[in-house]
Amino acid sequence: MEALLSRYRNLTVLLVVVVGQLLYLAYQVKTARDERLIRVWAVSAVTPMAGVVEAIRHNTIGFLQDYFILLDVRDQNRKLKADNDKLRMENVYFRNQLSTAEHARALTLFQAQSPSKTVAARVIGNSTVASAKAVFIDRGYTSGIEKGMAVVTPDGIVGKVVAVYPLVAQVLLVTDATFKVGVESQKGHVHGVLNCGNGPCTVEQIQEEEKVTPGEWFFTSGEDRIFPKGFPVGTVISVQPGQGMKEVKLNLSGAPGGVEEVLVVLQGVHQPIPVGAVVEDASKALPPPPTELGSDGKQPKMTQTEADKVVQKYEQIGKDQNHVYGALASGLPNFNAKPAANPPTPAAQVTSPPAPAPVKAAPVLPLGAPRPKPEERKTTPPQ
Amino acid sequence: MTGTSEHIRRRRPRENWFGRFQVAALVLLTLIAIIGKFYLPRLIPSTVWLELPLLLTVYFGLKRPSPILALLFGAFVGLAEDSLAPENLPIGMYGITKTLVGYFAATVSVKFNVENSGIRLVLCFFFFIFHAFFYWLMRRALLGQVVPLDPQEILIHGAFNAAVALPLFMILDRMKLPGELTA
Repeated sequence: MEALLSRYRNLTVLLVVVVGQLLYLAYQVKTARDERLIRVWAVSAVTPMAGVVEAIRHNTIGFLQDYFILLDVRDQNRKLKADNDKLRMENVYFRNQLSTAEHARALTLFQAQSPSKTVAARVIGNSTVASAKAVFIDRGYTSGIEKGMAVVTPDGIVGKVVAVYPLVAQVLLVTDATFKVGVESQKGHVHGVLNCGNGPCTVEQIQEEEKVTPGEWFFTSGEDRIFPKGFPVGTVISVQPGQGMKEVKLNLSGAPGGVEEVLVVLQGVHQPIPVGAVVEDASKALPPPPTELGSDGKQPKMTQTEADKVVQKYEQIGKDQNHVYGALASGLPNFNAKPAANPPTPAAQVTSPPAPAPVKAAPVLPLGAPRPKPEERKTTPPQ
Repeated sequence: MTGTSEHIRRRRPRENWFGRFQVAALVLLTLIAIIGKFYLPRLIPSTVWLELPLLLTVYFGLKRPSPILALLFGAFVGLAEDSLAPENLPIGMYGITKTLVGYFAATVSVKFNVENSGIRLVLCFFFFIFHAFFYWLMRRALLGQVVPLDPQEILIHGAFNAAVALPLFMILDRMKLPGELTA
């Protein structure tokens, strides 16, 4: 045995090392436990050096630009960019609020809720796994970052925090193959799941019957418990019928792979999906025509289907012939007779709805007793 | 000739300061390679294909005839890379892959003249493809994660890495690391 092990020493060591790592891997998967200590050591060893390199690069280039090329413009530009990002975030929030149909309700919502609390961070490095789309940001739990927090930009969503260390945090991008986001369309409020794992981003789990059109915006639905509802995700590029489900391709608005500065959402606030105005829509369009209200100020009840028209006609016939549907003593109306007047307009229908006459309670007769004639019925006092 | 005397024959006297701090040098080189992979794509986005840790593993595998040392070095580099991966990728994925790469590179180095640039080019290209495919296979088979595999992209990236490997290996050759096989 010893001779055998000695002869195949290399292979034995290889097997021991590989099997050892396999067992360790299986232990991690089985217990769903992450070896935090090892990761902390590795991140603590690597990120300071990366931070130093980034700082040297940033300061060197910045110094040259500040003092030889653009003087203080760079500093001002950074401040303006930060202010602009903040204002754009606020703008998105206010747009969402104001685009709801009822301004009063929007104001109430605005008073009740405050915009999401965020903290700005800079991307300092990528993940070591090329196929896993993840980045490191220069904010850790000392800045209040926690695992699971959403990471966004004013343009759209970026990813979520998957690991937090003292001074840095790791963010898994939405473009990673394992990342799924709950989304909702703007017009039809169609719910789906964003998946960017297989090439271009697609919205999955949308039934064929649902209506989604190219150019339509998708927003976060909040169902994934990561992103607050109402953050812009992207626009539909194409819609094609698939096998049982629609194939909806999406163009992300946030460009998560190329961002340098992001916002981590410390306290998320759900916002309603904007109803009318499309975010960042530069085209000028006329406002929608005012809605015609009935005399009582209510929305008119519009006739939708053929069945609604038939019901409307029969109601009119019953009204003309003083018939109360459902009442025993009311007789049988002549359905062949034409309605006396034209069917009321929807507005008129709302203003003077066909008030049903009070229905008299029909006498309870014992089984087998002779039923009174219609004329007798009318005169029978209610019991 | 016994294995011990052969080993002594191959070992050269430690010529420079680098040899005295062999372990520290290896750790430093690994750290530089990992930082390169970690940070370089931020600086130059088009270098996302560059696999410096893999090239380092292949180099030490080719330069050292001992498969045990090579596989242990591969495991070390791989585990260090795993530590910086997202948490949905448990530690050990790169470790296993690079362990195999190190072992095979050391095994191959006994049979071929690995000082030849053409052979180095072909081996680096082959090991990159093996590394990418085996990692994808493990992710799919062990973790059940369905991630896309683009063969065309892997072939192109493999060619790029092989092209980078040639000058990189020349620079590393000049360091004259101790214990390496001399012709």
